[in-house]
Amino acid sequence: MDIILGIRVQEGTIIAASKAATRGISILKDTDDKTRILNTHNLVAFTGESGDTVHFTEYIQANIQLHTMRENDLELSPSAVASFVRNQLATSLRSRKPYQVNVLLAGYDVKTNTPTLNWIDYLGTQTELPYGAHGYAAFYCSSLLDRHYRTDMNIDEGLKLLDDCLEELERRMPIDFKGCYIKVVDKDGVRDITK
Amino acid sequence: MSRRYDSRTTIFSPEGRLYQVEYAQEAISQAGTAIGILSTEGVVLACEKKFTSKLLDNDGSAEKLYILNDNMICAVAGMTADAGILINNVRVQAQQYLKTYNEQIPCELLIKRICDVKQGYTQHGGLRPFGVSFLYAGYDDRYEFQLFTSNPSGNYSGWKATSIGANNSAAQTLLKKDYKDDLSLKDACNLAIKVLSKTMDASSLNSDKLEFATLSLSKLEKGKTVRKIWKDEEIDLLIKESGVLDEKKDDDE
Repeated sequence: MDIILGIRVQEGTIIAASKAATRGISILKDTDDKTRILNTHNLVAFTGESGDTVHFTEYIQANIQLHTMRENDLELSPSAVASFVRNQLATSLRSRKPYQVNVLLAGYDVKTNTPTLNWIDYLGTQTELPYGAHGYAAFYCSSLLDRHYRTDMNIDEGLKLLDDCLEELERRMPIDFKGCYIKVVDKDGVRDITK
Repeated sequence: MSRRYDSRTTIFSPEGRLYQVEYAQEAISQAGTAIGILSTEGVVLACEKKFTSKLLDNDGSAEKLYILNDNMICAVAGMTADAGILINNVRVQAQQYLKTYNEQIPCELLIKRICDVKQGYTQHGGLRPFGVSFLYAGYDDRYEFQLFTSNPSGNYSGWKATSIGANNSAAQTLLKKDYKDDLSLKDACNLAIKVLSKTMDASSLNSDKLEFATLSLSKLEKGKTVRKIWKDEEIDLLIKESGVLDEKKDDDE
């Protein structure tokens, strides 16, 4: 029932992830951060089987950071990170107990100065998208995004569109997801702009 | 006294040296020369073929130049059989990186990985070190054109122009004298021929004794490289055009 949403705009990529940590019918926590910073220009947001999610993303995070340390602070590009994550999930899928984790990767490629949003599910499907979501957020928001997304949007317009999406979710979802953390990845790196 | 430490690669002598590693390096300094020159438009690798015979059936493939991946070529000095093992390993590593990250491996990273293998054989018991030095020509989008060497000890270093193998110090002196930062690829090719013509023992210079390769950027596709191992006719033409044969004649007279 977690919500993760991503919108790519001109100068960066915006990610929203719900704050509620749930187990069965109970909400355990309303300050759960479903994102991890991989390196200065890459952020991952995740949903799926609880336990698997944190374990998997922290494993990815450790490996990306190890790569940075080994290669004299040469950071992996968003597309390299996406391929690595996809590869890990695809390998896991063919093991005895696969990770049930879906992720959105927000990145900013400093070589080409382009923001990216990568959508990857537990089956290892990977696509680069202008906007995307996993789980219920996709059902409620896809139509809104299809109608109102433009390729020439700036951060503020992107955030306004995101607000509309979140309002729709609040209105239509039968469950309280306790609001969202909102983060932006752009040329300056990752920043939290949660209201 | 030192004999006692000769046979073991992994044991230091009382003077703090690893004899087997030094011997491997010595073996390389007798092998055919290979030189590499960095230019603004690409990298040149040129090697001297030591063993030539009329009876040798030449299938046209280079024996000391190898393609490592889409962005790198290398030249070998030393035992070619040892090089084969390392090159096989490198090619696998490069493809493995490409498979996981969907990006070409950065040059230095690939070289670091080969050197880790080389280093391993100077430390882990019972084996001899790899008797090869490499010259690598590479391109990546971070540092563009690059030239590296590595030796049996597992050390590597980056250069603008350098040489390995026989007469390498003479070649380096010549390169130091004639190298300029704004060399074009054509200039670099001519410089390579010139240096080889002076460091090689052979009196006449021709394609039988030379191998030549260049790495440059493709004109058709942005960011793609062209790795070219030259044909005999092209080498002969280059020798003729560079005019080194005429100079030689003058010297003789």
